[in-house]
Amino acid sequence: MRPAVLISSLGALLGVAALISLTLGRYPTTLSDILYFAGERFFRQGGGPGGQRLQMLGNIFVDIRLPRIVAAMLIGSSLSVSGAAFQAMFINPLVSPGLLGVLAGASFGAAVGIIFAKTWLAVQMSAFACGLLAVLAAVGLASLYRGERLLMLILGGVISGALFTSLLMVVEYVADPYKQLPAIIYWLMGGLSLIDKETIGAMSIPLLLGMGVLFSMATYLNVLSMGDEEARSLGVNVKAVRLLLISAATMVSALTVAMAGIIGWVGLVIPHIARMIVGPDNRILLPTAALIGAFYLLTVDGMARLLFRAEVPLGILTSLVGIPFFVLVLRKAKKGWH
Amino acid sequence: MPLLSVDGVGHGYGQAPVLENVSLAVNRGEIVSLLGPNGSGKTTLLKIMLGLIPPNQGLVRLDGVCVADMAPKRLARRLAYVPQLHRMSFAYRVLDVALMGRLPHKSMFYKYAKSDLRLAEAALEKLGIGHLKDRPYTDISGGERQLTLIARALTQGTDIFVMDEPVNGLDYGNQIRLLAQINDLAQEGYTFIKTTHFPDHALWLSDRVVMLKQGRVIADHSAARAVTDANLYELYGARINVVTMPGGGVICMPQAMRHTCRCQNLGPRIALSHAAAG
Repeated sequence: MRPAVLISSLGALLGVAALISLTLGRYPTTLSDILYFAGERFFRQGGGPGGQRLQMLGNIFVDIRLPRIVAAMLIGSSLSVSGAAFQAMFINPLVSPGLLGVLAGASFGAAVGIIFAKTWLAVQMSAFACGLLAVLAAVGLASLYRGERLLMLILGGVISGALFTSLLMVVEYVADPYKQLPAIIYWLMGGLSLIDKETIGAMSIPLLLGMGVLFSMATYLNVLSMGDEEARSLGVNVKAVRLLLISAATMVSALTVAMAGIIGWVGLVIPHIARMIVGPDNRILLPTAALIGAFYLLTVDGMARLLFRAEVPLGILTSLVGIPFFVLVLRKAKKGWH
Repeated sequence: MPLLSVDGVGHGYGQAPVLENVSLAVNRGEIVSLLGPNGSGKTTLLKIMLGLIPPNQGLVRLDGVCVADMAPKRLARRLAYVPQLHRMSFAYRVLDVALMGRLPHKSMFYKYAKSDLRLAEAALEKLGIGHLKDRPYTDISGGERQLTLIARALTQGTDIFVMDEPVNGLDYGNQIRLLAQINDLAQEGYTFIKTTHFPDHALWLSDRVVMLKQGRVIADHSAARAVTDANLYELYGARINVVTMPGGGVICMPQAMRHTCRCQNLGPRIALSHAAAG
């Protein structure tokens, strides 16, 4: 299939899935409700009859479901794109966005925030900042020593991740076991139930910006995955380009953690699936992974809120769905990445 | 002025020097072979020439300009690196690998144009692997992969090719075909600097041979003058005779193998076939 055709079909599929998701929930609604609401809202400016029902539909669609749907799509695509970028950069298809410690750092930051901060926004800021801090620590550690750059970065990430995981345990240990500890644990399981319009408004622009940077540097990702020396012999300023790519991918994944906690396996599994469909060329792989990731998280979040009477934390479901899927993918994926 | 010159380059990791006071000059259109045993510093020298490693001492000049002072992109428009045969993690299409050679000609955020695509396709065609362009790079043979990397270097549009053991890992037929390809390109005016473990290949193909031993240049002459019994002994510590073939051509024959050679009593047949060829 031609790339353009594939991308637009995936986009259309995602659009349909988003529309269907909009109708699903505790309060039963249908597609015609959406049409009715959209028609009233955009063409009659609320002047028509049925004002009360309209207000209720607006409440359900615009205030409750839409932010969550948009968040699921944004987070799914962000994790997939940053995962694919990390995999290309580190020449290893088994790498996930948490490689340099961003997830461990953000978890620690959120836990600290839950204990000390008063507002939800402060918790998010703390998670985001500590996510960046952890990656900064990894990059800093790597630059202390000579040796193969990629290996040193990976080792730096391992150390930084381990450090922040230990610090997280310290925070958990000192947390109030009746109120704070459950909040931390629950937050770490990931979920979109706290998403609101304001969060989406604040986070979507940097998320899209970060993804945009990664998209536009896809050719550099291709060349970096040939190894540092070849990339440099092809005129790439490897150090600067890699720093920019790591910054963009880190910002994007730290933001997802700040929004929704730890949502595992998306950044590892989705790039694999996308690569099986379109091949490893990042120019087409990244948009494909973004669309599939958005679709995947939208679907799994739908399961999380509808499958059982109480909502299941999203992070648990993405792992439980992702792991068997990954086992299946691995069987087929031998070809193409030795 | 030579095209590329290495002046007094010294380099070392830790205590032991890898290269000591190495100087050489490469002229336009030459094929220069670097010969030397394992660990003699050949690959390090190549990487210093490519500007990938800054040398501890001395400098490398390209058209008189110090390579260390050149921006990576500018350098990449002059010097192409054809690395040793490698396995790639991701199965890029052959055409996409060749296309990467256009990168040094582009600004930061760009897309490949139709003309870039045509250049890459032309390079593959020129090397006789145009039919492979949509195949995954990881699926083709070693010889084809090496040709793909040369196609990338052609696409890069440089006049100098730096190759690290280009025939390494190729079967005998592909070795010969690859060397012939290099020869054809040299006829067109491209300059080649390559390392090799085969003195024979240096004899077949080189205008000049530079011998490196423990980081020092022990010979830098035309192939015929450099590849001698004495130099080969000094280089490899093995007695090797450089033999002129009846009917033209020179080959290297290790003395130790002369006596173990199972084809001793076929002497007359070899002589006969030479006579027939002559």
